[in-house]
Amino acid sequence: MTHPADDAFLSLTGISKRYGGVHALNNVDFHCGRGKVHAVLGENGAGKSTLIKIISGVVRPDQGTMMLDGQMVNFQSPSAANAAGIVCIFQELSLMPDLTVSDNISIASPPRKFGLIDAKAQRMRAEELLASIGCEDVNPLMRVRDLPLSRRQMVEIAKALGKSPKILILDEATSALTSSDVEKVYAMLARLKAEGVAILYISHRMHEIEALADNASVFRNGRHIETFAKGTRNNDEIVQLMIGREISAHFPPKPALKRPKPLLEIENLSWENRLDHVSLSVGRGEIVGLGGLDGQGQKELLLSLFGVLKRVEGDVKLDGVKQNLTSPRVAKSAGGGIALVPEDRKTEGLMLPMSIAENLVLASLDELSAGSLVDETKVSAAVADAIERLKIKIGSPEDAVSTLSGGNQQKVVIAKWLMTKPDVILLNDPTRGIDVGTKQEIYRLLRELADEGAAILFYSTDYDELIGSCDRVAIMYDGRIISELEGDAINEKYIVSASLNIAGQKSNGGAHVGH
Amino acid sequence: MSATKSSDLGLRLRQNMGFAIAVVLFAVVYFLYQLSHPKGFSSQVFVQNSNEVFSLAMLAMAQTVPVLMGGLDLSVGAVMTLVDCLASHVLEGSGWSIFGGIVLCLLTGAAAGLVNGCVVVFGRIQPIIATLATGAIYMGLALFLRPIPGGKINEDINWAMTNSLADFAETVGIFDDGKAPWFQTIAGFPTSLVFLIVVASVIWIPFRRSVTGRTVYAIGSAEGAAFMSGLNIERGKLAAFTLAGIFAGIGGIFMAIQTSSGNADIPMAGAYTLSSIASVVIGGTSLLGGTGGAIGSIFGTLILKVISFNFRIFDIAPLLQPLFEGLVLLGAVSLGALSILRVKNQLELFR
Repeated sequence: MTHPADDAFLSLTGISKRYGGVHALNNVDFHCGRGKVHAVLGENGAGKSTLIKIISGVVRPDQGTMMLDGQMVNFQSPSAANAAGIVCIFQELSLMPDLTVSDNISIASPPRKFGLIDAKAQRMRAEELLASIGCEDVNPLMRVRDLPLSRRQMVEIAKALGKSPKILILDEATSALTSSDVEKVYAMLARLKAEGVAILYISHRMHEIEALADNASVFRNGRHIETFAKGTRNNDEIVQLMIGREISAHFPPKPALKRPKPLLEIENLSWENRLDHVSLSVGRGEIVGLGGLDGQGQKELLLSLFGVLKRVEGDVKLDGVKQNLTSPRVAKSAGGGIALVPEDRKTEGLMLPMSIAENLVLASLDELSAGSLVDETKVSAAVADAIERLKIKIGSPEDAVSTLSGGNQQKVVIAKWLMTKPDVILLNDPTRGIDVGTKQEIYRLLRELADEGAAILFYSTDYDELIGSCDRVAIMYDGRIISELEGDAINEKYIVSASLNIAGQKSNGGAHVGH
Repeated sequence: MSATKSSDLGLRLRQNMGFAIAVVLFAVVYFLYQLSHPKGFSSQVFVQNSNEVFSLAMLAMAQTVPVLMGGLDLSVGAVMTLVDCLASHVLEGSGWSIFGGIVLCLLTGAAAGLVNGCVVVFGRIQPIIATLATGAIYMGLALFLRPIPGGKINEDINWAMTNSLADFAETVGIFDDGKAPWFQTIAGFPTSLVFLIVVASVIWIPFRRSVTGRTVYAIGSAEGAAFMSGLNIERGKLAAFTLAGIFAGIGGIFMAIQTSSGNADIPMAGAYTLSSIASVVIGGTSLLGGTGGAIGSIFGTLILKVISFNFRIFDIAPLLQPLFEGLVLLGAVSLGALSILRVKNQLELFR
């Protein structure tokens, strides 16, 4: 420790990383020093996770250099980064659910006696590490599978501490914690800071960043925008730094503001600790957007409306009639029908090796069958219709759906559900990873469907999309809808500040704050 | 301190419910069997039971390791048969030649397992299909070694291994030829059972407590998380299959010793492989990997075998035996599936 607080303990220069045609990081410079907490801020897709993946050896940059303590480093794997003292607590937990807590904490280099794992020493080590973050209530012999999510997160933190990090990266590591645990984690971070550990802190919670960070860096569209010291920027300025990009897609015009009679009514929906008394309604002809940062319960809300989640509390009504949605099969025929365009088209939307035609009719086989046999003439007519309507570019309907481009695959998923003529259409980030042209077709299609009388609930991680195509936008935070925006209030500034749960939009009459 | 100790015990018991049920079930049924047997609780019956169990127990242990890793090894029966045929050639002589023969047999088993591991790791082929193919190859090699059943095993080793400890001591010439007074309390113990316990404690228990052993569990539990934790995944997989080959090889050596011959019997190899899977499941190891262990699988084998013992003495139509074994297997699998009732996101059922 020659320079206890030098700013260049970890230093990245000119780092770029592309995924296909997308620049996840573009010529980024980034520095952080010992004994400092450095916050990393940015919207969804700003490049934060790619940055920490590069630092922690999960992915390798295409260009650029990384220096650690004055030495050039090039990590080939997470374990190489660990060996150099860089430890990351990932959002997706890195715990093995069938192993015990103490096994997990010492998984990489357990204490050994005669070459074999010393179970007693390992257990004591686990107890010490858990105690150091005030988590004595977890028995190290418990299997991780049997722990609630908040405890798992604490075990993950204990595991990271056990590697005696020089640089500790926390990626949304507090998202699942209870508030008393968060206090303990803060205390732990303060101790590490005093010991000279460099801490990278990625969080969507502005108050946490205010409380903890010495410096903050804002990222946007894969670029490093600015680094500033604590207290030199206010929330408004930070939001401004995070926004500020040109609108790249064109949207069909929205109809004049009117609030139709609700078709889909959600009342006090709660599930596990992911949904917290969510109430929302969507009328015929309306496109309602779900916004907010990733992982605030939007996906769970859509899944619960489609009958995927069990033991959901609260009511869902269609046209005033209470529904008991127990499975996608039930949801499909509930009321006038519910459809969900799922998050991951490759695993939940399509049977990749099956043909385009087979995929298209999969959800409406009941209507296309006579008795128990599929009516092939009806099928080919319906398939031709769908391909025509969505302008899906294909060779032959008999080709495997895996041969299509991403955008056309997504059209197949959407067309498959339109064939069931649903009243309520739920979409889970339907434009992720597809080209601008197809995106615009999807926006136009959604508006057409709404005009034909469908009620559309549309989750998107892209704020432009919410602004351009939605009649109303509900922003979720921590399992709740914290704000509903309408009309002119649907703009980037309000969406971003609501997503970060900064109460700055109250002054405007167009927005009203729920809860 | 006593409070945490007792809660530890409760925790361990809850976590190993499948294993505990297997042990209790076996103990009860085996006790009833011995009670009803005309020569119940005699050394003779123990020895006979133990000899019948040994090879399948080895195969069940062999199967356990790939299953813990989240795969299946369909070649364990073939590896056993291959080593059986090899042993019928190389265990004929005496003294050091026998020792060399046993080492050769063990190396053959290990090599067969290592080849499986290489195909899975470097060929990136699913274990079930990789071992289906290699199993057929091993069977072919076995047929090459023993086109028709035959061969010979040193008689002393046959006698020593398949009888009681007293006979073992007498043949080997230890403990005053087995007549030492202190030795008499355990003299009636089956040698093969002692040998089974030795293999389990000398090979399995250290493996389970090694970093490589825990890597195998970690791979079966969450391969991605294991990788992200910096574990050596490839070494874990290679070790899992190699260890399976060694256990299957020991099973093959014993089979040759027991029958005093080698026999490349294709249907028998297949039946042994399927029974090994059944034993693993009955013993409380999850086919998805990550939980269970080889000791449980030994008890799984014991349960399967005690069913057939009972059929012999209770004079039930032997044709019903597969039916009963199937019911036991189904019961064991159903117990393991109970946790599905707790799933709250139905999508997780398909992951």
